[in-house]
Amino acid sequence: MTVSSGAGPVIALVGNPNVGKSTIFNALTNLRQHTGNWPGKTVETARGAYTYHDRTYTLVDLPGAYSLHPGSAEEEVTRDYLLSGEADVTLVVADATCLTRNLALALQVLEAAWPVVLCVNLLDEAEKKGITVDLEALRRELGCPVVGAAARGGRGLDTLRQTLEDAALHPGPRPERRLAAESACRGCRDCGDCLTALVMAQAEAIAARTVDMDPESAARRDRRLDRLLTSRRTGIPVMLLLLAGILWLTMVGANIPSELLSGLLMGWQEPLRDVFRALDAPWWLEGALVDGMYRTVAWVVSVMLPPMAIFFPLFTLLEDAGYLPRVAFNLDHFFRKAGAHGRQSLTMCMGLGCNACGVMGCRIIQSPRERLIAILTNAFIPCNGRLPTLTALIAMFFVAGSGLWSSLASAALLMGCIVLAVAMTLWASRLLASTALRGEASSFSLELPPYRAPQVGQVLVRSILDRTLFVLGRAVAVAAPAGLLIWIAANAVIGEASVLTHLAGFLQPLGALMGLDGFILLAFLLGFPANEIVVPCILMGYLSTGSLTGYTSLAQLHGLLADNGWTVATAVCALIFTLFHFPCGTTCVTIFRETRSLKWTALAIALPTAAGMGLCILIHGLSLLF
Amino acid sequence: MEEVTTLDRLPVGHRAAVAGLSAPEDQQRRLLELGFVPGGEILAVQESPWGDPVAYAVCGAVIALRRADARRIAVRQK
Repeated sequence: MTVSSGAGPVIALVGNPNVGKSTIFNALTNLRQHTGNWPGKTVETARGAYTYHDRTYTLVDLPGAYSLHPGSAEEEVTRDYLLSGEADVTLVVADATCLTRNLALALQVLEAAWPVVLCVNLLDEAEKKGITVDLEALRRELGCPVVGAAARGGRGLDTLRQTLEDAALHPGPRPERRLAAESACRGCRDCGDCLTALVMAQAEAIAARTVDMDPESAARRDRRLDRLLTSRRTGIPVMLLLLAGILWLTMVGANIPSELLSGLLMGWQEPLRDVFRALDAPWWLEGALVDGMYRTVAWVVSVMLPPMAIFFPLFTLLEDAGYLPRVAFNLDHFFRKAGAHGRQSLTMCMGLGCNACGVMGCRIIQSPRERLIAILTNAFIPCNGRLPTLTALIAMFFVAGSGLWSSLASAALLMGCIVLAVAMTLWASRLLASTALRGEASSFSLELPPYRAPQVGQVLVRSILDRTLFVLGRAVAVAAPAGLLIWIAANAVIGEASVLTHLAGFLQPLGALMGLDGFILLAFLLGFPANEIVVPCILMGYLSTGSLTGYTSLAQLHGLLADNGWTVATAVCALIFTLFHFPCGTTCVTIFRETRSLKWTALAIALPTAAGMGLCILIHGLSLLF
Repeated sequence: MEEVTTLDRLPVGHRAAVAGLSAPEDQQRRLLELGFVPGGEILAVQESPWGDPVAYAVCGAVIALRRADARRIAVRQK
């Protein structure tokens, strides 16, 4: 839904980070831009449109800004856009729970643009905290229309649409200039500082006259939660418990749908074959389409999809509640020691969902040096597409039996993998910060936003549906052609052996050195477009050389791998290489787009690959000793 | 009794008023925008598990600063 700006009034959305701009944008336009409860979520300008009273309005969602003095790339985008004059109305979104700082931005916008509408959002959260805002008094103070809203519950949106229409069609008289920076400045170092201090003082005065709150009781619940989630004694244990809990729910929850799907999809294999036989299709066509394409897609859908569809919404719930900045707060100590930026934990968390998103999210780090460190090390964190592979390996080789204890043990092991990944991220960051990317640590401030009750229903439905559709789409787009290609490679014979065997044979020496084999390495290379297909590629390689057919359960799978020489040491090396190898294709493209440099992209590929290879060789060497 | 010190020395649970800032230019403005303005009131609310950074309540929001950065803010402890 892209709309040219000539279609009707253009409305610019401005506000401090994390005040619900994107929620208002989504509510008005019915779009689904991803929103999360932490500052800096919107890194790009988004456009959408809505119709009201037969008129089409274009909405421009600008990146969050604390002020119009550009201190960051996002703020520069916001200021330049406002000064360009494209917008007919500027909508300032403010957080009712911390109005003072939001008013400072509103005052600056009033200096730069007209007409302006102020939307005091998150009124529901404010009420819960015993904060009341006198909207009428605020309107008198500012001289612009003021609308109260709780956009997540849809409250105030109708009034907002009406007020925006009024402002676009009949803008009232512009209020008089309020700020007299020149008079306040007495030959100081930087007039911008005077102005900022002046605006803040003015905002504070207005807030004092329009907001009624008891500052102690307002934040009491949040402070109690913070004591539990970030204190010396409980911060780290609770964080690990939360992570383990999510992983456990993911593994346990994925089991049943996974078995159902795999039974269903593998069950269709024979009827499919019958169709081919009935049509008298040549053997290679049946093989390529059923054994190649269909099986790979069936694997991705049945084994990879359920954990991905469960982990992602659970993670989003934590994000929605405002927990991720607390993770950054807890872990900053280590990032400081590594010479990295404190916000890197946030981009790391995003990487857990998707490395390409994590790399893009690094824009929230302003210092170019520290941003590069965050980009280059993002792939050290296993993304959602790699988690199911780790889960399957753990279930097959490290945890015997089923039941509560083994599922808890599996979750603990998986958490161990993620802790190792974080440790390696820190190691790689430190390495970069002391070699190629040496420099001064830049200062940073981390806002710990108010906790918000996550919108459980909406998050679950949207992320399960969106995620499922996304992974299904990718399964068809990547897994199907990949399966086809591999089958052809496995069955096209050159000389004595198939193309796949030749390739695997070529990689065998390196694979053996790393405690793996040629087929496994080849599968990782073939999984470059999407990590989801690594395991089916390994299987196809083995199946093409042996006489084994079919695999419907992890136990059968374990048998197949064991027959091909897998030991616990092989599984450990496979686990390590799944954690640490080159980023997937999408992530590589994103890294290049973000850095505009082949050199840094190459380093982002080489760094995790070298780390993974080194660790694998080390583990293999040690396993030979014992 | 008011004692001038730097923000990193403000114990958790204690309040102070900002006396002045001495940070590099871009950082100084960011701190001002976040509400660390001369005269503004600050409450140290929470230390992170390793004692650095520390979270401060300022202007109705909670902002975490590393101690090295908090050192650039002079405060009068109350």
